[in-house]
Order: sequence, then C-alpha cells, then structure tokens
Amino acid sequence: MTVMRYAEALNAALREEMQRDPSVFLFGEDIGRYGGVFKVSKGLRDEFGDARVRDTPISEQALTAMAVTAAMSGTRPVLEIMYADFLPLSLDALVNQASVFTYLWEGQVDIPFVLRTQGGGGVGTGAQHAKSLDAMVCHIPGIKVVAPATPADAKGLLKSAIRDRQPVVFLEHKLLYNTRGEVPDGDDVLVPIGKAKTVVEGKHVSIFASSKMVIEAENAAKLLAKDGVEAEVIDLRTLRPLDLDAIRRSIAKTNHAVVVNEGWTFCGYASELSATIMEHCFDDLDAPVARVAMPDMAIPYSEPLEMAVLPNAVKIAAAAKKALA
Amino acid sequence: MINAPSTDELKDIHHKMVVTRELEEVLGAYAKEGKTRGPIHRCDGQEAVGVAACAALRADDYVCTTHRGHHVYVGKGLTTRGIVAEIFGRETGYCKGRGGHMLLGDVKTGMLGGNAIVGAGIPAATGMALSMQILKQDRVSMVVFGDGAAQTGICHEAMNMAGLWKLPVIFVLENNQYGLTVRQEVQSPVEDLSVRAAGYAMPGEIVDGNDVEAVYRAVAAAAERARRGDGPTLIEAKTYRVKGFSTSDMGGYQSEEEMAPWLERDPIKLSAEKLSALVGADTVAAIEAAARAEVAQAFETALSDPFPTFEIHAPSAAYSETK
Ligand SMILES: Cc1ncc(C[n+]2csc(CCOP(=O)(O)OP(=O)(O)O)c2C)c(N)n1
Ligand SMILES: [Mg+2]
Repeated sequence: MTVMRYAEALNAALREEMQRDPSVFLFGEDIGRYGGVFKVSKGLRDEFGDARVRDTPISEQALTAMAVTAAMSGTRPVLEIMYADFLPLSLDALVNQASVFTYLWEGQVDIPFVLRTQGGGGVGTGAQHAKSLDAMVCHIPGIKVVAPATPADAKGLLKSAIRDRQPVVFLEHKLLYNTRGEVPDGDDVLVPIGKAKTVVEGKHVSIFASSKMVIEAENAAKLLAKDGVEAEVIDLRTLRPLDLDAIRRSIAKTNHAVVVNEGWTFCGYASELSATIMEHCFDDLDAPVARVAMPDMAIPYSEPLEMAVLPNAVKIAAAAKKALA
Repeated sequence: MINAPSTDELKDIHHKMVVTRELEEVLGAYAKEGKTRGPIHRCDGQEAVGVAACAALRADDYVCTTHRGHHVYVGKGLTTRGIVAEIFGRETGYCKGRGGHMLLGDVKTGMLGGNAIVGAGIPAATGMALSMQILKQDRVSMVVFGDGAAQTGICHEAMNMAGLWKLPVIFVLENNQYGLTVRQEVQSPVEDLSVRAAGYAMPGEIVDGNDVEAVYRAVAAAAERARRGDGPTLIEAKTYRVKGFSTSDMGGYQSEEEMAPWLERDPIKLSAEKLSALVGADTVAAIEAAARAEVAQAFETALSDPFPTFEIHAPSAAYSETK
C-alpha cells in the first residue's frame, strides 16, 4: 500500500496503462505541457511525448466525436473534458454516435474510449463550473459511467475503464483530487466496473452514494450514530451498470433507503436509484425511499448560497431520520 | 497522367456507378409502392463523387459518409445484396437490420459508415486519422459530406485539428447545392466552400463532381499527400441533387430549368462516353448489363432473406447483473 492523493492515483493509472499499451493516448485541453488544470496528467507528456499526450484546441464537440472513432480504429483514447458542465457539448458524440454504434455495429467494432471529467460544487466556481451531470450521461445505453470516491478506487477503476471494450464516462470530483488514501501497489490491481462497496456497515438504514457524496454519507452515518441509528453506507462506485445485488442485499437488511446524488433532483440520478429500489426491493421497504439531491436551480456563487444548495451530511442524516420516523 | 485512373479502374468505376443508379431506381420504385421503411436519400446524379473518390483509396483506408451514402457503400466495395438486405431490415444485412440505409457500417471494407447526424462524419473521419497517426500507419481516412454539413460547428473544429496536426484525412465536400430544401447561397456567405481550407492551412480544390477522372485524381493526390505526412486536403466536388431530398420530399423548390443542364451532364452518361472511346461501346453496354443484373439478383435474394429476431442488447444494460 502507498498513501496517495486522488489526483496522483489517477496519474499513476494513466502512466501504467500507457506503459502497458502503446495504443492508449491522452488528449484534451491543457493536459500536455501544463499537466491538466487539476494536474492529473502531470509529467506524462515528458514521459510519452506530445503525440500521445496531446494538448488540443477548445473543441469539445469534435474531440468527443473523434474519441469515438479513434477508438473504433485501433487506439484507446482517454479524453479529458475539463469540467462536467461542458458535457452538453459532448452529448451528440455520446448519444448519437458511441451509444448507437455500440449496438448497430456490434461484433464489428469495439469502442474502447474513456471520457474523464470532473464535476461538483463547494469552491465558488459558479453555475457553469460546479454541476454534477451524472444523470445526463447515465441515461445513455451502451455507455458505462464510473464515479470513484477514493484514491484506490480512482486508480483501479480508471485502469479497468481504459481496458474496457465499451465507452466509459469517468466522473471525478474537484474536491476529491487532494484527498488521500491507501492505494494497493502493483500494476495489475483493477477495481471491477459494476461493483459497489459497503463502506460503513449498519442495520437501520441504507445510504447509497457515489463520488464526494460518499464522504458526506459517511459523516451522516457518524451523526446518526450519536442518536443510536446504525446507518449502512454503500459506495456505488459505478453508476451504470448499477450493482443491483448490492442494493438488494443492503435493503433486505435495513428496510430503509436514502439515495444521494449531487446533481439536480428532478429526473436526477437519485430519482433513478429511487425508482430502481421501488421496483426491485418494494417488499423489503418499511418506508418510502428518501431522496437527497440538489434543488432544481442554477448553483449560486456566494458561499452561504452555494452551501445551501449542495447536499451534505446534515441533509442526509435528516432524510434518514425522516425515513425511519 | 499523374494519378489518373487506369482503364480497368474506369471500367470498375463505371460498373459501380451503374449499380448505384440502378439501386436507387429500384429503391425508388419500391418506395412508391410503400414497400420501404423510413425515408431513402437517393444519390442519383452524384455517383461519380462517392464511387470515384473511393476508387482512389486503398481497401484498408477508412471512409465515412452521410445519410446519402449509397455511392460510397458501393464504391468502397460493399455487396449490393448486403446493402439491399440492410435496407429491407434483413438478418443478412450489413448490420443485421439494426442500422438501415443511413447507418450502415462494414469494418471489413473500411466503410465506417453512414451517419444521419449532419456533419458527424467529419470529426468521425478525423478521429480515425488521429488513430492512424498515433499508430504510425500509412492509411488514410476520408469523409464525403454535404454542403449543408459544411456549415456545422464540428466541421470547423475537426478541420482545424486536422490541419493543426497534419492528420491523414481527406475531406470530400459533395456540394449538391442543397441542404434539405435550402439552397447553398442561403446557408453560406461564400459560393466556393473550398476557400475555407485556407483557414486550416490545407489545400482546397474545386473539382467537377460529375467527372469521374477529376474526382479520382484529386482524391488520389490528396491520399498521397496524407500518406506522406503532409496532412489533410479539402476537395469540393460540385454536383447536383436530381432526385430531391428523399423519398418523402414533396418538392416544389427545385426548378426544371435549374436541373436541366445537370441532367445533360449526367455522370454516368459522361463516363460511358469516355469509356466507349477507350474500350468500345459493346464493352460498356456489357458492363452496364452486368451491373443491372447484379442489382436485380441482389433484390431477389435479399427480399427472400429472413428477418432478424429481437434480443435485448446486453452491453447496453443498466444493471451489472441480469437476474
Ligand atoms: C444535426 C442535424 N440537423 C439536421 C438534420 C436534418 N437534415 C438531414 S439531411 C439535412 C440536409 C443536409 O444537407 P447536406 O449536408 O448538403 O447533405 P445532402 O442532403 O445535400 O446530401 C438536414 C437538415 C440532421 N439529420 N442532423
Ligand atoms: Mg447538399
């Protein structure tokens, strides 16, 4: 084990996969010489050269479309989209190209590319640089979506994503890059896509979260413990395909569910979790599923306003108590 | 002459153009009887662009095309039977009936593929060229796209990157003067779209899109450049759309006076004249008869092929287990 920051763990995953497979290449804005605005690709251009670690013009639409067809024709592109807020520009390539041809041309082509991006609020980046648009990408068939919360999962899942035959959208969080954690040593330690992880065991209520919301859920579990409530926290890790077994197992034990996502509430990822639980776990539920997500509005800039809209431990704990009442 | 097609190539091109035309005409007849599904975008009068451009490439080069891509399908060497079967939704179609006439793809012939999002083929081919450059291959990619597609934002983004990184891609702008019902001058402030090449530091050239040799030579030269590592080329092939936008077009905006000179300059007629001078009228007639027979046979076989059966697509699943 080595203690690493989340950004360093991602960097290690990229380096190892590029060493392992010469068809892996990185492209995106400011990722080359500067090493990425969040320094995830730091040092990689020096090691691999600027053909494989490529600074690009500000052209998200074409870049995403190019990632799709580069992947069809023999390489494994890893595209960095600087902010998740820019994902709307990537949507045609995901919705009308990657998703469609995964099915239409199945058996003829693989589409092994990774779109890395980061979202989330909390540091005053304002309404166009702080969103979590998980639901928007999770809506698309044929595309996997991963959102790791820890350095170890960040590394293991990014390696799995790069080796996957299908398109993977890899969602990072700006407030996680500096978090530290133990990361297993070794170039072949992968974390499988599609497997959730229980991070806190409990028997009264299940809290399902991903990315930075896992930390909020863990803190909520601590708050709840003071009142004698034993919350179970499940880190989904992969948003699509969703680990339904893990969800079922936990709810069979706790009979209560709180679903958390940093994105908008209406038609959001938490809504999907809620519908999934109703459909598959209804007989095990003692109360309606409680949803904790962003209010349906633009994210304000001023600190007290931004903090008011973001889901957090206190809101999660309150939702859990309501579900248990 | 440098980069000119050989006589054998001219014969093959003529054959493929007649196959394409016959395919369009038979499809048109089926559409009239209500026996096709969805709109069909015929490329009558534009066969020289797709067929001759593909003829100038190698089998392992990639091409991308549009909703109006039958000439590219045939040009890149797809079988007529497989194309027809796909259009009629059969199991034996290139995509087992999943794609239809606009979204056909065949990796073996390097045809990847049709695309019904206007402009999408342009970054698609550029992305393939990026792969080829990174893998240090000497292949090229080509996209055939419309004058309408030339107005999209992704066209600018992709051409900029292609020029910047000297990617081995050939942009064949098939200017048939219409984007759906709207004439080109209502969509663009410049008449010759090839002038835009200057902004991307690539050569831009205008060719007669109804002249097989002109198209072939321009693409062959562009492919040479691209393989040398000298980057992309924009070729604007001027042509005309003679059968309306699609089989569901109600018309009323393309005049007969406007169309007449283009019908005079039908690319198959021009090709037949040139080829007759080289190999004699009998040989040309035999080529055409063989092409028509091939299409008739393709329809006969494909239409008695089975339909596919529906299966849920597991790689698209929302859940990581299937219980
Ligand atoms: C992004 C997008 N916008 C609009 C359409 C509808 N549409 C389909 S073809 C077409 C015209 C395209 O013109 P052009 O690129 O010149 O191709 P042509 O039909 O002339 O071959 C339009 C507007 C579409 N399919 N995709
Ligand atoms: Mg047009």
